[in-house]
Amino acid sequence: MQFRLDLLFDLAIILVLFLGIQKFRKPKSARKGNLTAATALSAAIILLFLWNDIVKLHVVFVALLIGATLGWIVSARINMLQIPAMVGLQNGAGGMASFLVSFIELSRYSDSITGVVKFSGMTSLIIGAATLSGSLIASGKLANKIKQTPVIWPKHNWIFGAFVVLIIITASFTLNKTSTSLIVAAIILVVLSIGLGVVFSIRVGGADMPVLISFLNSTTGLAAAFCGVIVGNRLLIACGATVAASGSILTHVMCKAMNRNLLNIFVGFEAKSEYDWTEVLADESKALSESADERSVAQSGEPPDPFEKAAKITQNAESIIFVPGYGMALAQAQFLVNKISRYLEKQDKQVRFAIHPVAGRMPGHMNVLLAEAEIPYEKLFDMKYINSDFKDTDLAIVIGASDVVNPAAKKAKGTPISGMPILNAHEAKNVIVCNLDERPGYSGVRNSLYKNKNAILLFGDAKETLKKLFVHISGNEKILE
Amino acid sequence: MAELIIMILVFGLSIIIGYFLISRVPSLLHTPLMSMTNAISAIIIIGAILVFSQRTTIFVDILGAVAIIAATFNVVGGFKITDRMLKMFKGDGRS
Repeated sequence: MQFRLDLLFDLAIILVLFLGIQKFRKPKSARKGNLTAATALSAAIILLFLWNDIVKLHVVFVALLIGATLGWIVSARINMLQIPAMVGLQNGAGGMASFLVSFIELSRYSDSITGVVKFSGMTSLIIGAATLSGSLIASGKLANKIKQTPVIWPKHNWIFGAFVVLIIITASFTLNKTSTSLIVAAIILVVLSIGLGVVFSIRVGGADMPVLISFLNSTTGLAAAFCGVIVGNRLLIACGATVAASGSILTHVMCKAMNRNLLNIFVGFEAKSEYDWTEVLADESKALSESADERSVAQSGEPPDPFEKAAKITQNAESIIFVPGYGMALAQAQFLVNKISRYLEKQDKQVRFAIHPVAGRMPGHMNVLLAEAEIPYEKLFDMKYINSDFKDTDLAIVIGASDVVNPAAKKAKGTPISGMPILNAHEAKNVIVCNLDERPGYSGVRNSLYKNKNAILLFGDAKETLKKLFVHISGNEKILE
Repeated sequence: MAELIIMILVFGLSIIIGYFLISRVPSLLHTPLMSMTNAISAIIIIGAILVFSQRTTIFVDILGAVAIIAATFNVVGGFKITDRMLKMFKGDGRS
């Protein structure tokens, strides 16, 4: 009977958890959904204490207290720009917990453990340890603690392959071993897997970070699920599998948004394709100096203040779409963007925001950054819903975004962004670009939007540029006070 | 054997149900979703606490305690930060 009661409670907890996730369909109910999931998890932990005799309660409680305090303090303090790094850190912490528990169970039952259970324990050990080191690298990159650009060592794929082969050899050697040699093998596996995670993560960087972080999210879940088998706990398996599914979906969404496949990003099979970087860079610097010349010529003829022009266009526009990018967030300009958008709305203009799926550093990051600035979520539109509207729009205002509005993605072949779906900002009647400078985005591909006749370029710090533009639009020097 | 079949069933079903539930989540909420699922995967805390349901050595005490700290960090931090984010998502009151 005890067994069935167990099953019933587990089932109830999982159902409540699913209910929580289901509430994530709408932003209004999502907060309740999060609370529901938290309740389910707390119930699971409380039931655990009721049903099991815990030997060293004091150790458990001290550990719980430390973890909870750390989690509370960190999550209360970080800002929205740091969320991706925090999520990366959590992926790592999850992986670490999984491989530690698997390791303890493997070594504890090293004499009797066999078959599927042993296999699951090893898998959890490998995935968990690799997730830990991979996530720490990812988190470090996202927090700007280590170089964000991809680091590719000579023979990178060979090193990666060597780690994989060594892990497989060690693991298969371990499957028919017991006692001490099993423990030793498990330690070797952990070390190898940590190395694998580093080799894996270090080569991903820049615009590919959202893919990496989603992928590591799913491996955390997978490690927990396999750990569930060795612990013999259904809840662990269910939750781990759900998270693995979630992470995989997000990984897929991100890949599709960049028109790249997973293998390309992680192993770089196509990295040395027809794309010749030196040529592009040379071409780029030439083009840059040319356009600078053009501009100085144009300015010496009749000097129209670009801000005057931009302000006039904005005043005359009836429909406006903002295109925010990570540059806006780095300049912390989203709060000012909110002010401007509300001002424009009061003038009876239609104001919307177009969000590219990979804008920001993780899936959906841009939405959070804009929500922080109190921009109502009804105004935020995903690329697939708003892209066809650009051609009927009077004005697109690009703020700190380059690759996601670069029409070169459609025309040029063999560049890192070729074939990537972009926001059709160039189709709007006018485009105002408030980017830091003329340099290309993370992809390194020059933005052909800048050459469009209908584009007004306002280079400089987004916040300063927008302040100046806002003053010009409103004609009120004191509008910002 | 029965236990194993249940486990495989649980694994498969959870992936399928999770897939359907999560593919309905709008991209608007993908960041909070990810941070919440991180908190959910910290259910590994159960495994970490169960380590202490038997007699332990000092070595296991340390490893187990570290696992509990990491998992609790995720549970508390994950749910709290998700709540902070979702609190910011406000409508314009028209709908």
